Amino acid sequence: MVWLELLSDYTFQNVVMGASLLGLISGPLGCFAVLRRQSLLGDAISHAALPGICLSFIITGSRDIGGIIIGSLITGSAAALIMLMLTRLSRLKTDAGLGACLSIFFAVGIVLLTYIQSTNNASQGGLEAFLFGQAAATLRSDLWVMGSITLVTLLLLAVFWKQAKLVTFDAEYARTLGMPITVIEASLTAMVALAVVVGLQMVGVILMAAMIVAPAAAARQWSRHLGGMLTIAAGVGIVSGVSGATISTLSRGLATGPLIVLTATAIVLISLALAPGRGLLWGVIKHYRQKSALKKQQLLYALYKHSADPSCAPSTLGSRRMFNKLKQQGYLTRSPRGATPSDGGWGLTAQGQAEARRVVAAFEELAS
Amino acid sequence: MATSDLTDTALSIKNLTVSYHNQPVLWDIDLDIPAGVMAGIVGPNGAGKSTLIKSLLGLVPSLSGEVMVHGRPYTTQRKRVGYVPQRSSVDWDFPTTALDVVIMGLYGRLGWLKRPGRKERHEAQEALEMVGMSAFAERQISQLSGGQQQRVFLARALVQQADVYFLDEPMAGVDATTERAIIDILRRLRDAGKTLIVVHHDLQTVRTYFDWLLLLNVRVIASGKAEEVFKIDHLRQAYGGQIALLNDNESLMFSASKVK
Repeated sequence: MVWLELLSDYTFQNVVMGASLLGLISGPLGCFAVLRRQSLLGDAISHAALPGICLSFIITGSRDIGGIIIGSLITGSAAALIMLMLTRLSRLKTDAGLGACLSIFFAVGIVLLTYIQSTNNASQGGLEAFLFGQAAATLRSDLWVMGSITLVTLLLLAVFWKQAKLVTFDAEYARTLGMPITVIEASLTAMVALAVVVGLQMVGVILMAAMIVAPAAAARQWSRHLGGMLTIAAGVGIVSGVSGATISTLSRGLATGPLIVLTATAIVLISLALAPGRGLLWGVIKHYRQKSALKKQQLLYALYKHSADPSCAPSTLGSRRMFNKLKQQGYLTRSPRGATPSDGGWGLTAQGQAEARRVVAAFEELAS
Repeated sequence: MATSDLTDTALSIKNLTVSYHNQPVLWDIDLDIPAGVMAGIVGPNGAGKSTLIKSLLGLVPSLSGEVMVHGRPYTTQRKRVGYVPQRSSVDWDFPTTALDVVIMGLYGRLGWLKRPGRKERHEAQEALEMVGMSAFAERQISQLSGGQQQRVFLARALVQQADVYFLDEPMAGVDATTERAIIDILRRLRDAGKTLIVVHHDLQTVRTYFDWLLLLNVRVIASGKAEEVFKIDHLRQAYGGQIALLNDNESLMFSASKVK
């Protein structure tokens, strides 16, 4: 009953749709940003959106979404451009350039924000909500704007798929094929700015970078193709958006934006640990399997090479376990043939002999 | 074969100068490379070998100079030029397959909007076959060895069906088998009348691989037929005496201490 009530709730509908749209655009564009090693560019652009929001409010005197979008696009792109120029024209490295742009633009934004608050304008109510987002304040009209931006951006990506892909993988080569890489790279960056704009209302300028990076990072773990990566990233974005919004509404009062980001982060952690092939867990398992196989080979090798030496007996717990394991597998016998007590009586079976010969042959081939 | 039409110039560079942070990296390069040769670009570290190729292709801005490919400006001849960048220039963790990387070589021909289809896949598969990588077509590029990655890059240039190929250190960091395979492919291309311009760092193999040489150290030290360029005086000039060669050619045997 709770769910039915929830689903028919007007605010909840808006929030869920907004969160889905955000996931749908930030996931795929985040993939390009992450693959181009520009994850932090999204961070700089989103922080730089704040002065744009404030300027638009100062000029128009209202919180109209059109003005806010245009304002944040202008300052966001300006920050990205200045960053690119800084790294290209000076000897500043990318990370330093990004950090400088991010903090300068954000500082200007905060100064403007406090200036607006000091003027005591009645309609300034809640401009600081853009810092961390205010999902509940999403209007149906906002959704239309967010939806159109998402649609246009994804259509552009679909049409210029080849160009975006090649420029991301190997920009210099793309240039030799005659592609205008500056235009394509600038467009990809501008699209990240658009994704940021879509997320302003939902998660705010500070946490927006997580929505660019997290879905892409999770998707990379599960995908073998760029197309697959984009689709999975969009899925991760939508799922985290919707579940974050749901948790927030059910818990009454916990902030939506941070919850969306936390859900996305949880998905990233699970992906990093479990994704087949790339997950850490599989790496650990593989490591122990290889280690155990190597131990086994080494033991068979030693027993085979030094079969005359009677002192070969397991001395540590680990090696005793290995001996027993090999006995179970039928490679070793523990026959009481040894007369002396120092001889543990371990010997290779016929199967063990054959396996040991194979190991020795493989080893000697490797060494030669 | 290789010298059938030496009058035809595959690549002609006039007065090319490139600088980086106000330091000349390449100074007043004048160069003509005939068609149908396997040309090596050789020189010490920092001589501008890779920069030369990159500036020819417009990847690095040049202060001055003009580049002609088969008698016409390079920008109008892109379709006749293939490029094999250094393997380390891209992130091999990109989510894609070997075949897909080779298909990228056809993006230029496909134009702005057309998507690669069955024909392109087939051509790419053939190019992978040529470099002995057809079994790896669907393999993730991150799982390929260095030599295999290099071959994939070579295949990507092969599908372009270009007339002039630029290769930036294709033999760097590959095993001996791959090096042989690459050289065999390059020789076959040359015998088919293509021009290959290869940045190379291993002086020991220069004489066996190349029939035309450019010895570079910011300026052109010498250029021309390999046997005329690969001389001790030229090498000493390019490498500043810091050179020791083990070669059956007696005149090239000397130690660095003897020179300085």
